[in-house]
Amino acid sequence: MTVVKWEVRAGAYYDSVVLMQLQRGLLGLPGIVDAGVVMATPANRDLLAANDLLPEKITANPDDLLIVVKADDDTSATDAISKVDELLARRKSSSISQDFRPRSLSGAVKQLPEANWVLISVPGRYAADVAREALDLGKHVFLYSDNVSLDDEIALKKSAREKGLLVMGPDCGTAIINGVGLGFANRVRRGSIGVVGASGTGTQAVTAQIHNLGAGISHAIGTGGRDLKSDVGAITAHQALDALARDDETKVIVVISKPPSPDVAAQLMSAALFTSKPVVIYFIGYPPPARQIGNLHFAISLSEAAEIAVSQLSVSGKWLSANDQKGYLRGLFSGGTLAYETLLGLQASLSPIYSNAPITNYQNLKDPLHSKAHTIIDLGDEFFMVGRLHPMIDNDLRIRRMKQEAADAEVGMILFDVVLGEGSHMNPAEELIPVIKEIQSSRNDIEFVAMVIGTDEDPQDIESQVSQLVNAGVAVFRTAAEAVEYIGLRFSASRKNEFTSVDLDQLKQPLAAINVGLESFYDSIILQGAQAVHVDWRPPASGNERLAALLAKMKK
Amino acid sequence: MDIEQANTTAVSRMMEARPILKAVATARDVIPGMKDNLFLHAGPPIEWERMSGPLRGAIIGAMLFEGIAKSEAEANSMVERGEVEFDSCHHHGAVGPMAGVTSASMKVYVVENAEHGNKSFSNLNEGYGKVLRYGAYSDDVLKKLHWMNDVLGVALADALAASSGIDMRALMSEALHMGDEGHNRNKAGSLLYLKLISPLIAKTMKDGAVMSDVLQFIGDNALSVLNPVMAACKAMTDAAHGVEGSTIVTTMARNGTDFGIRVSGLGERQWFTAPAEIPVGLFFSGFSQADANPDIGDSAITETAGIGGFAMATAPAIVTFVGGTPKDAMNATLEMYEITFAESKYFTMPSLDFRGTPTGIDLRKVVELGIAPRINTGIAHKNAGVGQVGAGLVRPPLKIFEDALLAFAEKYNI
Repeated sequence: MTVVKWEVRAGAYYDSVVLMQLQRGLLGLPGIVDAGVVMATPANRDLLAANDLLPEKITANPDDLLIVVKADDDTSATDAISKVDELLARRKSSSISQDFRPRSLSGAVKQLPEANWVLISVPGRYAADVAREALDLGKHVFLYSDNVSLDDEIALKKSAREKGLLVMGPDCGTAIINGVGLGFANRVRRGSIGVVGASGTGTQAVTAQIHNLGAGISHAIGTGGRDLKSDVGAITAHQALDALARDDETKVIVVISKPPSPDVAAQLMSAALFTSKPVVIYFIGYPPPARQIGNLHFAISLSEAAEIAVSQLSVSGKWLSANDQKGYLRGLFSGGTLAYETLLGLQASLSPIYSNAPITNYQNLKDPLHSKAHTIIDLGDEFFMVGRLHPMIDNDLRIRRMKQEAADAEVGMILFDVVLGEGSHMNPAEELIPVIKEIQSSRNDIEFVAMVIGTDEDPQDIESQVSQLVNAGVAVFRTAAEAVEYIGLRFSASRKNEFTSVDLDQLKQPLAAINVGLESFYDSIILQGAQAVHVDWRPPASGNERLAALLAKMKK
Repeated sequence: MDIEQANTTAVSRMMEARPILKAVATARDVIPGMKDNLFLHAGPPIEWERMSGPLRGAIIGAMLFEGIAKSEAEANSMVERGEVEFDSCHHHGAVGPMAGVTSASMKVYVVENAEHGNKSFSNLNEGYGKVLRYGAYSDDVLKKLHWMNDVLGVALADALAASSGIDMRALMSEALHMGDEGHNRNKAGSLLYLKLISPLIAKTMKDGAVMSDVLQFIGDNALSVLNPVMAACKAMTDAAHGVEGSTIVTTMARNGTDFGIRVSGLGERQWFTAPAEIPVGLFFSGFSQADANPDIGDSAITETAGIGGFAMATAPAIVTFVGGTPKDAMNATLEMYEITFAESKYFTMPSLDFRGTPTGIDLRKVVELGIAPRINTGIAHKNAGVGQVGAGLVRPPLKIFEDALLAFAEKYNI
């Protein structure tokens, strides 16, 4: 049994070509056996009747649109009728005049609906508004304009993150998306190295060098220079890292930035540890914590970043998997330089971190007697030494401090050094282990990590020292670098994105862009063979600020 | 207040309106507020002192037609003594091309919006040459007007009375597919009109020779359908007026001196006006730009409703108005999408892959982008009675949109 449903639309004229397309569209829907869509002239009605498609009770005039569907069941017929408007509205953009220059972003989107990017290079005071509109239209933004306020940047990026869209910039000079360069970009071959770049020329230098070394770029995502400052919190860099981590075509990731805020750098590196891809990091002017921590590689120059990235293409790495260590680290050092090197290494992955021997002012622990957050204490500092023996000889101060730290419920790991050799205590393990055991009996959630510095010829018998500590459940390392890597991985919290991921399928679509501002950017996209529409942009309300302000309030 | 929602409502009312040409009747019998000494004119309200040549000429002609004055001189002195009144057609649901003068005895089309119930009116089209709407009032002009009233008007009235009316939206949609834009080019629409009305006329008229005159008059005049089209557009735009909080423009009209607009969310009689500009265009042989009168007529109601200059992409035959190439015509329509709130569900254009025409001018977009609506228009000679001297393109002054925006902001405390 088939079901016939129909709709009469009085006075709705459509050309027969449109109606035939609509009819074909209806026939393509599930469960539809036959369909007839005609202007209800007597001749057309006869035609429907001949095909057994004209219900008897229909009343319609020649000016009326008559839609009839015959379907397997009631639902299919009703569904098909409900799709009529959608089918009628479907139209291609291909027939649209190529030389028309819309004045508005929304006009441009109608002209090139498949556009997935909006390039903005209008004067800074207008740029945020244009970017907001682009995000509202569901487009990624390449924001070349500078002089966009920090507040606007933060608001734009937060809004973009919610929508799963990227805001590259403001002041973003360079990006390469799907092989198409945006802004200033070099012509590089496509490949499997992805770049997250907070530095435009840095990104150019690295991508060019990667090309020159014979490899290629999947995507180079610019973030704008301020993205890695604390205020912004690397919103775009995190999104970009996440996207490249999920992108099958990207095998190695490079992250480049001018000196980031230490806390932001730590979070970003922590995220990078979880990409399970080699990530090469070059924070210009920021001391690398190590050559390598797990899958993270630290470069000391732009060209080295490119070289490491290319070299990692052929390495199938297995990295110590990161863990989810709770609480804070407290490092209690007898060696000042060891404390310093450890702090240097850990500031990359732990944040905030404080010390009585800080590298930057920001890390300064005001009261050395009381730790806060992650803390590295140099117990050999003059502050502690008044009327006391050096902690390499006398463990008393450290033992008391260990107990003090363990009493703090927020502490999850205690790190200490054991420096052997001439002049040092003859059996530090023997003094330290009872304290460790005592703490462990009441706090099984505290992990102990030790770095043992010494040789097999030292008078203390290093093997015995190490085995005593290991037997007491202490993780023992023989260099600061190893300990730093271990701790870094332990503290990298398991990551679940707190944001809507960028849609990879969309990122992989052929780049189509709307350009608002510098016409040369439009020309360059067209030259690269991608689709683009240039907006003939002018300040709103011809620059009349009073009217523009009113319009802004009347937007919604 | 949600402007988007208000505009959605207003534009939807405009699009969903179903103007049906129902009747031809005498103005005093059907137009609300019509009186024997009242003369309706195109555009925003204007006093005699500021009227342009063509408008004054048309009013004098209409007074002679009505027989309330016997001569031009008498008409002038009656006006000066305040014995006649003037008002904007728009205050009475009416529209008229060019001078748009409509008087009590004239036959008018009656269009009824089957969706919302409002009515609109327009006078009958006189064709080309020396005509009242361009301010001509010679004996020939008046003789033709009387024939139109007594013969053509009666024939049309009888024909329509014998039918359920003509669906103007369907007619306009089809005409757009046949190369009309519905304002300056109405060849296809007029033939469709002839096609629909002639069987009805044949059914009701007795005298074959007179019927032949009537059919020939309609068929010869490529503008026959313009006036019912304008009335249909008026019915559509009136349906969209008065939506609280809407920034949709519901009227654009010119009286030969001022260009005026009205906005849906503002008052019924709240006009925003500025001096009308002189259209730029092509001139009949013997005339030049120097002869042109400032912009005049209610026919911009077509653009207000989403056709005319807004539908240039579908009328390649008149591309010369916009620059000369079909691409220019396409771009003219694309430009209007920039300032409109929606795309018509019913008026579509094959050349743009059946995209709907730009519909519902949004005050906000006009001011933000600095793009004034495009209006295709006939050009009147600045002296009364000379007639049409060309056709071309005009845009309203941006200032009236800015003024309207400020008034809107004030009314709604923005």
